[in-house]
Amino acid sequence: MTTPPAIEVKNLTVGYEDLNAVRGVSFTLPAGGRMGLVGESGSGKSMTALALMGLLPAGWEAHGEVLHDGVNLVTETDKALSSRRGRTISMVFQDPMSSLNPVRRVGDQIADVIHRHNKVSRRDAMRQAVDLMVQMNLPRPDQLARSYPHQISGGQKQRIMIAMALACYPQLIIADEPTTALDVTVQKQVLRLLNAATRERNSALLMITHDLPVIAAMCDTVAVMYAGRIVEYGPVQDVFRNPRHHYTRGLLDSQPTMDNIALDGSSRLVSIPGMVPPLQRLPSGCAFNPRCPAATEKCRTEMPELGPNGAACWHPVGAVQVVEA
Amino acid sequence: MSERRPLLAMQQVTQAYSLPRTALFSPPGSFTVLENIDFDVCAGEAVGLVGESGAGKTTLTRILTGMERPQSGHVLFDGTDIWSADQTQRANFRRSVQMVLQNPRSSLDPRMRVGTALLEPMRSLRIEGDHVKRLHEVLDQVGLDRSALERFPHEFSGGQLQRIAIARALMPNPRVLVADEPVSALDVSIQAQVLNLLKDLVRDLNLGLVFIAHDLSVVAYTTSRVSVIASGRIVEVGQPVELFTRPSAPQTKNLVDAVLTVESGLSGTAL
Ligand SMILES: Nc1ncnc2c1ncn2[C@@H]1O[C@H](COP(=O)(O)OP(=O)(O)OP(=O)(O)O)[C@@H](O)[C@H]1O
Ligand SMILES: Nc1ncnc2c1ncn2[C@@H]1O[C@H](COP(=O)(O)OP(=O)(O)O)[C@@H](O)[C@H]1O
Ligand code: SF4
Ligand SMILES: [Mg+2]
Ligand SMILES: [Mg+2]
Repeated sequence: MTTPPAIEVKNLTVGYEDLNAVRGVSFTLPAGGRMGLVGESGSGKSMTALALMGLLPAGWEAHGEVLHDGVNLVTETDKALSSRRGRTISMVFQDPMSSLNPVRRVGDQIADVIHRHNKVSRRDAMRQAVDLMVQMNLPRPDQLARSYPHQISGGQKQRIMIAMALACYPQLIIADEPTTALDVTVQKQVLRLLNAATRERNSALLMITHDLPVIAAMCDTVAVMYAGRIVEYGPVQDVFRNPRHHYTRGLLDSQPTMDNIALDGSSRLVSIPGMVPPLQRLPSGCAFNPRCPAATEKCRTEMPELGPNGAACWHPVGAVQVVEA
Repeated sequence: MSERRPLLAMQQVTQAYSLPRTALFSPPGSFTVLENIDFDVCAGEAVGLVGESGAGKTTLTRILTGMERPQSGHVLFDGTDIWSADQTQRANFRRSVQMVLQNPRSSLDPRMRVGTALLEPMRSLRIEGDHVKRLHEVLDQVGLDRSALERFPHEFSGGQLQRIAIARALMPNPRVLVADEPVSALDVSIQAQVLNLLKDLVRDLNLGLVFIAHDLSVVAYTTSRVSVIASGRIVEVGQPVELFTRPSAPQTKNLVDAVLTVESGLSGTAL
């Protein structure tokens, strides 16, 4: 018997009124798998994550199927979703301050999650919370457990959030830009911990970020999102070494690397011209066409679907150009 | 080789803040944020400052731009100590050294049209002249359309707002730009647009640029000389590629090791 996937998303659409921030997204994350969701800000990554968690803002609606643990999360009641959060599926947010309770000690907050979902005494929950803090490499865990969120550093808060997300051995952890607000040196420590802890528990990881190196370091597969659609999807090694969509290519080329740094500082970075379009003014056809160096008339009128090469593009990077007669 | 002629320099600057007394009769403690710092920038040169969070980067820029007076040491602009300069020299210094901050959304007033925001420094620095012409000049320099003047900050993306913030800093025709983490709030694709713009300005306007970040690769790309700061001291100075490939101070090595690249990620050596 094969283990069912940690999550299977089919044709997910998320929007309010008649504007859709996510437009027909599908992907499968196998049990214990690790997928990255990457794209510029405004591309719909967070709305995808919030839809999976059942945490959409008021007025927003999700359509499609999100299969997880034998149910379709899109049609579950709020009550069923809330009993599930932290137990089978949990999330780490970019800004830990907005998701930690400012007036409750951090150790108690971890213990709350354990106590809510398991038949354990308050004391055992607290003991497990401190154990988790040890695993998170937090200094002086006994003492730190008694601190309030504002008394600890950003990197420490993010490790508390990860401890809370991991506490009940969920099948899936969604991390939305978990290290974007952290200093580079702290970022690396937090990523290491998240990496090791999810592997140990065999929790699947959906890593959301605009940072390509983070995905390269943490994930097996990647979905590249643009204007609410997945425009490229496949194994990280293939997509990053051999991008087929011009947007993926542009993101990779924009990375500052040692290869494009000149000794005298005269080097220039490649950038993608323009910006992500607002929902109210999505271009017709391929939404990337106003910024794409290879766009043709067809790109402006017909919307490409994900093809067998993993890219939704009429003229994939590296393909032989056929001149239409 | 010709001798360096810095436009803006700090020499042997030390800064300490006093800490609250722990008991009524205990002597007040103090905390040294910067210690014997030497740092400078020439016209037409981009210099970098990197260091971990809390190392003292922002404090250094506050002193360099005259917002804070150091406890000891000197800040020299065009060879004159800004804290013993006469009024004309001080006014000249204030318009010649401008700052660009990390988060353009919080550094621009949401209720103020972009045109009004751009004129702000001219008003506060009491600069006379044809400001409309100047507005059009700087918009051209940063690559924004004139229609931007009539619009409000919320109508722009992060990258465009950072261009607006740079335009505002350019209005008084400064000779030095100090940018504290100017791209860390932006997407990589947009980061590149802003970094390229800063480099063009250094070349075209012969500006001195002080560029601060905690990400060494971004600094290496933008500047030709980098100082590494750790716990309030400069621990290493060098060309970016030198620092990257042969860091000598342990703190530099830490920063280099922390840089993730797509390549190191794919080859499994990143974490
Ligand atoms: N007014 C102040 N009073 C007391 N301590 C201060 C004050 N301003 C800064 N500090 C301390 O001085 C040190 C350096 O601060 P600074 O803001 O210069 O760091 P930074 O290198 O800019 O960090 P980051 O990368 O987080 O912006 C920190 O330990 C900070 O807490
Ligand atoms: N509360 C909201 N009200 C209206 N539009 C929103 C709201 N939140 C996000 N959006 C819009 O939805 C789109 C996707 O946003 P989001 O999922 O947050 O992007 P990402 O996480 O990729 O940066 C964007 O166009 C954004 O402007
Ligand atoms: S479909 Fe056309 S516009 Fe879109 S990425 Fe491909 S070539 Fe560019
Ligand atoms: Mg987001
Ligand atoms: Mg700072």
